[in-house]
Amino acid sequence: MSDRRTISVTINGETFEREVETRLTLSDFIRHECLLTGTHVGCEHGVCGACTILLNGQTARSCLMLAVQADGQEIRTVEGIAPNDQELHPLQQAFQDNHGLQCGYCTPGMLTTLLEFLEENPDPTEREVREAISGNLCRCTGYQGIVAAALDAAKRLQAGA
Amino acid sequence: MKPPPFTYHDPRSVDDAVALLSEKDNAKLLAGGQSLMPMLNMRFVLPDDVIDINRIEDLSYIRDDGDALVFGGMVRQRDIEFSGLVSQKIPLMKEAILNVGHRQTRTRGTYGGSMSHLDPSAELPTVSMAQDAIVSVRKKGGERDIAMADFPMGYMTPSFDLDEMVTEIRVPIWPEGHGYAFVEFARRHGDYAITSSAVLLDVADGGKITKASITVGGVGPSPLRVTAAEEGLAGETGSADLFTEIAEKCREIDAMEDVYAPAWYRQHLAAVLTRRALAKAYSRAVNGTEMNLR
Ligand code: FES
Ligand code: FES
Repeated sequence: MSDRRTISVTINGETFEREVETRLTLSDFIRHECLLTGTHVGCEHGVCGACTILLNGQTARSCLMLAVQADGQEIRTVEGIAPNDQELHPLQQAFQDNHGLQCGYCTPGMLTTLLEFLEENPDPTEREVREAISGNLCRCTGYQGIVAAALDAAKRLQAGA
Repeated sequence: MKPPPFTYHDPRSVDDAVALLSEKDNAKLLAGGQSLMPMLNMRFVLPDDVIDINRIEDLSYIRDDGDALVFGGMVRQRDIEFSGLVSQKIPLMKEAILNVGHRQTRTRGTYGGSMSHLDPSAELPTVSMAQDAIVSVRKKGGERDIAMADFPMGYMTPSFDLDEMVTEIRVPIWPEGHGYAFVEFARRHGDYAITSSAVLLDVADGGKITKASITVGGVGPSPLRVTAAEEGLAGETGSADLFTEIAEKCREIDAMEDVYAPAWYRQHLAAVLTRRALAKAYSRAVNGTEMNLR
């Protein structure tokens, strides 16, 4: 009796075709069906930002979408940020170097959010960074390390470009 | 937290969507999902059918009709944020949209969805009220326009029927050079405002106010025009004293009370924010420096 559909979603360049219940959220699809558990789920009602992914290049909350809505779309998750298995993306490296994470629960959402933000605003002020992550909750760091990491990453990315 | 079971539909046209709406008794329209999805996840709503209107393509336009900007119901809040037309013709909406959730939610959230959800402190309904927008709703075999003044029926309840859907919002444009300001107070940037104030002023050469629109969000059950205050401005020249006096009228509004804020506090915020918004809007209209108001 459950309503099911076959969908095909491209995640980090790989296509996942699965038959799913239509009520399945995109975050659960990514984690349970595609086994990409880097995307975290904190609140499941759009408040914490841990589940943030890039949907066709734009950040969105994956707990507030149904998996069926992503049929035919392109998604990038935290697993798709590093250039390869050996190296970190400059943004990730900056997080490591600046203590931008402790438990790491908020980190995937912080990274995806900042990735989009820094592309649009390569030389942000501290205030702009704080506003950019205002939709992402972190219960560990007090945000200082995250903000420092974002500002440091901006510098690294500009130097690299 | 998982959504309850339902049957999912993704119609490709408004006609198909409204046909489904008329046929299904306990259906919910899924627009941007930034309010409905949390409600589904928490099982606050238990629809038998979910009608997803994201695959309808022709509802995402922003069109300049000369005297109004016309928005398709599925225009995303992010599209509004980056629309040159909006910042040029409806600067109030541009100022307000940056307070609507966060970038991540604006990617999905829609104009029509905000209007239908009608949270008393939501920014887009407040701006729509300030600009005297007209909302078009469609049902199977019929379409009608609802003036913003008649659009809210009560707390989070728009006046359209369950088998109708919002297809378009028509937002009249104020004359070039008009004054505008959107000011809100929220616990955290991007949260729903506790109270907001949206002001539009038309000012003649010499500084006389010829037309005023004042709307407060989050005070009453839906965004409210403060007509008593608007009337007190017509024909007057702007000044700090005048704006302070006029804004006090906001304390007379019958205000809501909840765990976040008592009624008197919302009235107080409405007065303070309206005073600031009036000063900001007026300064913008006369191209002056911002008025010195606390
Ligand atoms: S899990 Fe999606 S916003 Fe918290
Ligand atoms: S590092 Fe633990 S929640 Fe942010």
